[in-house]
Amino acid sequence: MPVKVMIPTPLRPYAGKRASAEFQAKTVGEALGHLTSEFAELRKHLFTEEGKLRSFVNVYVNDEDIRYLAKENTPTKDGDTISIIPSIAGGRISRRLKDRRTRA
Amino acid sequence: MPDETTLWISGHLAEKIRSHGAETYPYECCGALLGRDSSDISGTDPEAEESTPGREILALFPLVNRRDDSPRNRFSVTSEDVLAAEKNAREHGLEVVGWYHSHPDHPARPSEYDRDHAWPWYSYIIVSVQDGAPQEMTSWRLNDDRREFSPEGIEIRHRAAV
Repeated sequence: MPVKVMIPTPLRPYAGKRASAEFQAKTVGEALGHLTSEFAELRKHLFTEEGKLRSFVNVYVNDEDIRYLAKENTPTKDGDTISIIPSIAGGRISRRLKDRRTRA
Repeated sequence: MPDETTLWISGHLAEKIRSHGAETYPYECCGALLGRDSSDISGTDPEAEESTPGREILALFPLVNRRDDSPRNRFSVTSEDVLAAEKNAREHGLEVVGWYHSHPDHPARPSEYDRDHAWPWYSYIIVSVQDGAPQEMTSWRLNDDRREFSPEGIEIRHRAAV
């Protein structure tokens, strides 16, 4: 029995409109690797150009946040569910712009 | 993403977003936009979708800004808040189609920080609040390449909220 990856609504247009996908994977990183190989357009929304998970992308194995486990090396077993849960952030002034203004 | 998108919202809900921005001034407010997206309804009777394909906001889920370090120029919604918003949406037969926040004493234009932290597909409503009074309200969607936002039209629809 494979690992199930739940795809959040805003990313479904890049995953053939699917809500989930199943892969054989021993770690979270491996499962996300399979996901972004199958749906290449997902990659830039999940990972930075340096290949790190974006800060507002939260990944859970069953109900556990992988930040408090072994991050992308968190092991998975058959029947586990990996959930990608967005967090949302924003604000009026970019840090860079603010720094520039402070210096001026 | 479609080239030009339109967001439908009732005058009542638009006013609630403005009021939320005024209430939390000089701090940023934030909340979820609950509604329906006609692009999700495939294979149904086209007449059932009426003549205005697009996205409609039918309820709001106001949230507490979790950024207590810099709430004047930042807002943050945790993944737990996102799950709560999604649950609330499901209970109303809706889905989370976007997010709103205010820009206190700043134009209703997305910042670099907004873009850097944005998800595709969602509508991002921004309301400018100047000296405590809500002003312009705009909506944006992140482009597929993540390089910039595209403005989204806001149309006021006279219809009862859910």
